[in-house]
Amino acid sequence: MVPGEPGPSWNPIIDLQLLWSFPFMVNAFRAGTIVAVLAGLIGWFMVLRRQSFAGHTVAVAGFPGAAGATLLGVAPVFGYFGFCLAAAAVIAALPRGRDAGYREESAVTGTVNAFALACGYLFIALYKGFLGGVNALLFGNFLGITDDDVLALLAVAVVALAVLAAVGRPLLFASVDPDVAAARGVPVRALSVVFLMLLGAAVAEASQITGTLLVFALLVMPAATAQRLTARPVASLALTVLIGIVATWLGLGIAYFSPYPIGFCVTTVAFAGYLLAHAARAGRFGLPRPRLAGGAT
Amino acid sequence: MTALLGPPFLQHALLAGTAIAAAAGLVGYFLVLRAQVFTGDALSHVAFTGALAALAFGLDARVGLFAATIGIAVLMGALGRRGRADDVVIGSVFAWILGMGVFFLTLYTTTRSTANGAAGVTVLFGSIFGLSGAQAGVAAAVAVAVCLGMLLIARPLLFASVDEAVAAARGVPVRLLGYGFLVLVGACTAEATQAVGALLVLGLLAAPAGTAQRLTHRPFLALALSAGLAVAEMWAGLGLSYAIPHTPPSFAILAAAALVYAAVLVAGAVRDRRGRSRQHAVT
Repeated sequence: MVPGEPGPSWNPIIDLQLLWSFPFMVNAFRAGTIVAVLAGLIGWFMVLRRQSFAGHTVAVAGFPGAAGATLLGVAPVFGYFGFCLAAAAVIAALPRGRDAGYREESAVTGTVNAFALACGYLFIALYKGFLGGVNALLFGNFLGITDDDVLALLAVAVVALAVLAAVGRPLLFASVDPDVAAARGVPVRALSVVFLMLLGAAVAEASQITGTLLVFALLVMPAATAQRLTARPVASLALTVLIGIVATWLGLGIAYFSPYPIGFCVTTVAFAGYLLAHAARAGRFGLPRPRLAGGAT
Repeated sequence: MTALLGPPFLQHALLAGTAIAAAAGLVGYFLVLRAQVFTGDALSHVAFTGALAALAFGLDARVGLFAATIGIAVLMGALGRRGRADDVVIGSVFAWILGMGVFFLTLYTTTRSTANGAAGVTVLFGSIFGLSGAQAGVAAAVAVAVCLGMLLIARPLLFASVDEAVAAARGVPVRLLGYGFLVLVGACTAEATQAVGALLVLGLLAAPAGTAQRLTHRPFLALALSAGLAVAEMWAGLGLSYAIPHTPPSFAILAAAALVYAAVLVAGAVRDRRGRSRQHAVT
């Protein structure tokens, strides 16, 4: 990314010291860590609830948000949060059904998705000389994150995590078996709305690092990897956060030393982890009950 | 006669756009019916990566488009159970494939001296007004072939989509149809990417089909309606974009499609409510 800089020394400690000698890299690591934790936890529930398509659509809404904010001369952060939360509210307002309802829902979600991107494209066409910024909005950028941005990310993440902690247990129940949960008096519908708003906030945060199109790298992949490896909720939540942070840190390191955008680096690291988890799981079937015996005690 | 249709670039856009919209309407109907909209979304992202990979290696973007979308369509059919991939697998794979697309974009703009810096934006958001006469002709021919393919398998595919188990018991080759359909989806996505761009293909596939299914429950009528709506929205979009300056054609086409769908949804909701209140009044 920065021409003329020395390449990696392949000694992780020296390399990290080098990276952290630049204030913008320190901020990138801080922001990346906050985003990885929040996106990992919310993403875990999203994968469990099979709402990936909704998550993708919410993410895509961030693009016209950021482009429109730039067109109006406002900081893109407001555009991201405004549009992502609005999109989450729209999806929450849609009726949820099982059979024909699902078809309708996916057609509506797809249309909203494409229309949001088209609006973003219109804003960019109206805002002359912004073409270079398109790739940053879509595919991520870790340069130019200020101290204020980090504080804003942290504040939103703390609020979102506090809400998630408060509704975590009933949400897990409602996600795993909505019918039984509803019968036991859990407010399934209200929880679903709260969760979609949390998803909107997490996506708006993650978009600023990975870009609109690659949010999935932090939302879906760590959670999908962790759920492959263990079925116990707490362990797999912890593993999700760990994988998210490792993917972000490695991605940031690679992006610094190579000419490629951050989004590519983070997605590739996360996807490699996902493939490894699949391979490990496939390999484990051949062995007589390994690890499970230790874990069960 | 040709002068009535405007300058050559508009004629090329109309020729390619009409055929592409008809194909997208037909394919989209089955995508919505089979609840595979997410698959179409993933394939459109693959189109982006394929086109840029071809450009990075110095080939025609269309070679990469078709090879990538059809190849991945078959692969997704093989990965998913019964030809339907699960959304976490699709999500993980397509996020990574988009990441690869960015990689090829960087490779293309940094290594090719003749590189067009806006290539990424063109592939993502389309440039239907930039088609040459020859390109429009090829696009139209392929789209017509996709339409014919869809019409050929429409009857058995409908049976297999509505009730897979019964169709299989009656000797319909359900698995083979699933693959054939995915190949057509791939080809249609590659086609539509040239018109409205990789990111907006989804709207052209989902919106007319969703509208048609709202308007009628009779399958073949809905299929025809879906194609007709797609073509009409394509024309409206091209006309609007030509008439209003600074409006990109992709946006105008998508806006037309989304508005029609929204209008039909709202009308349906209002009618439902009225019907319910009338029932209340009767009882």
